[in-house]
This record gives sequence, C-alpha cells and structure tokens, in this order.
Amino acid sequence: MAKTIDRQIISDLTGAGIDFVTSVPCKQLAGVIEVLNETPQILHVPSNKEDEGMGLCAGAYMGGSRPAIIMQNTALGVVVNTLATLIQFYQIPLPMLISYRGEVGEPVACQVEMALHTKAILNQLHIPTYHFHMASDVEELPGILSYTQMCSKPVAILTDATFWRTAQ
Amino acid sequence: MIRYEVLKTLLPVISDELVVCNIGSPSQELHALDDRATNFYMLGTMGLASSIGFGLALVQDKPVISIDGDGSVLTNLATLSTIANNPRDNFILLIIDNGSYGSTGDQATYAGKKTSLAAVATACGCENVVEVSAEETAQAVKEALAARRMTIIVSKCQSGNVQVPVITKNPIVIRERFMEAVRG
Repeated sequence: MAKTIDRQIISDLTGAGIDFVTSVPCKQLAGVIEVLNETPQILHVPSNKEDEGMGLCAGAYMGGSRPAIIMQNTALGVVVNTLATLIQFYQIPLPMLISYRGEVGEPVACQVEMALHTKAILNQLHIPTYHFHMASDVEELPGILSYTQMCSKPVAILTDATFWRTAQ
Repeated sequence: MIRYEVLKTLLPVISDELVVCNIGSPSQELHALDDRATNFYMLGTMGLASSIGFGLALVQDKPVISIDGDGSVLTNLATLSTIANNPRDNFILLIIDNGSYGSTGDQATYAGKKTSLAAVATACGCENVVEVSAEETAQAVKEALAARRMTIIVSKCQSGNVQVPVITKNPIVIRERFMEAVRG
C-alpha cells in the first residue's frame, strides 16, 4: 500500500519533467512503483534487467523524453559497463532511484554483501551519490533531479531501510 | 551474402530512417557505407541496440530500425519480452543472424546451432516475426516499414566481415546529430 512518501517521490519526478521510467522491482520500492502505475504523465515500462532498462532510457532520452530508472543496489553489479560505455560516454542524464538494501534494518544477510560494494562502485565510476537515511532527506530530491539534468550524468539516490521505515 | 552485403542492399530502404546500429563491425560497416545523422552508432555496450531503439520508438512516432546481431540479441534475450509486451508499430528489430560473433573473430553463436531467435521472439509474445534469407532482407524491411506494424526480422546470412575503419567520431557528436535528426 503506497504511502505519502511514495506519492511525494513520484510527484517530485513529474515536477522535474521525468516522463519515462523503467524499473526492476524491490520490496522497498513497491509503493513507489504502485504510484508510478497510477501516474499518467509517466510512461512506465518495466525491464527484466537494469542494463536493458538503461538501454531503454538512453533511447527514450534521444527521443526527447526525460528518463529515470528505479532499481535495487544489487543491480550495480550488473550495470557497470552500461553506465560507463553508454550513459556516461554519451552523456545521458539519468536519475537512478535505488533501494539501498543491506543497511541497518536489513533482514536478509546476503543483501549486506552488495551493500558493502555499493558506494565503492559508485565512487569508482565517479557517479554523484546521495544517501537518503532520514525521512527529511527526501527534501533534496527536486534539487538532485535538476542537478542531474544540468550535468548530464547518471546520479544515484540511495534510499535505505531507515528512510523507508521512518518516512510517512 | 555476408552482413556487409546485406547492409548494402538495405541502404535504399533505411537511409532516411532512424537506425540504431549494433556495436563493432555492424556500426563500422554501416558508417563506412553510408554515414548519416539518422544513424546512431553504438561504440560500446554489447546487447543494447534492441533496447535503445525500442526506448526511442516508445516515446516518439517516427519509425525506428534497430540493427542487431544474433550474438548481441543472445546477450539481452529478455528484452524480446519487453518489446512483445509493449508493442509499438513504429519499431522494427532487424537481427542480422550470421551465426557468429563477427566483431571478435567469428566464433560460433548458439543461434547458428540449435537456437532459433525467431522462435524465441515468437515465444516471448512478439506477434510479427519473420525469418528471411540475406537476399530477401531489404524487401522484408521495406514491407515492415510500409505495413507500419512492429516486426522482428531475422535475416539469416553468412559469417564474415569486411575491413573498414573503426569509428572515431566523438560519442556526443553522434548523439547530438542523431537527436537533431529525431527532432527534424
């Protein structure tokens, strides 16, 4: 069941002109995806894997759309090449709303393994990274979205378990 | 017929259309044959020509032809289900199926053995899938454009490449002029 925070995030996306979103689901992002499907201003095309999703986003961008991707942090293990050789090489602005699994509050031990690599991979790729931990951190989202368009880069927004637990 | 010859026969059909072309030899050969602003050359990222072209077709109405290869489609096979379940009549996926990884030394792919990409595309839910010979390919693309119906074309051709230069164009130049062509 979607919460106010989920509606807030989607409203920030539409407010920033995002009109194309692809997603690979995560439990923490279920509410956002639910609201996404009820948002006519955004074409939501789910993808099977995040590198495929970034391909869709690159095409949508060249077609005049403003894309975003919703994914889990484990997917950073999948998309390194696509980020470097497609999104960064061709300078495509791409907000990545990422569930940051494996942080405090995580029930599944295996998720911690990729959590340990998440910021390291993003740092290695020189991807601007924002970490939403407190509910109020979401206030930065509109600024981050406009920053993404300004610099034409992929930008990561990591949202951890504490954020999702405390946000209304 | 090898890929280069198939591309040559395609030129009168695709020259004025938006084309997203696969990494390596396919892009290099198309670039050498007929460099146009309407061509988007992939300089990296194996497997995503289909997805990039489809993303472009999803958000605007001009026809888009993704020229992909059998090895690259095998890398990103699941995208056929994305394409099937969100059909767009302005999209044509042309799979040049020469049964080999042409850009890396013509090693065999499974598509040249037991795996039928046409059957996979059909099983994924794509409604208009045709398998044609190399010689029939240009006509098949022409018909798909005229019908304005989403079509997956598997073009069975021979393995082999021609020696053409690597693309040295700046990626931003390729993207910017392509986007201008999309808008134009």
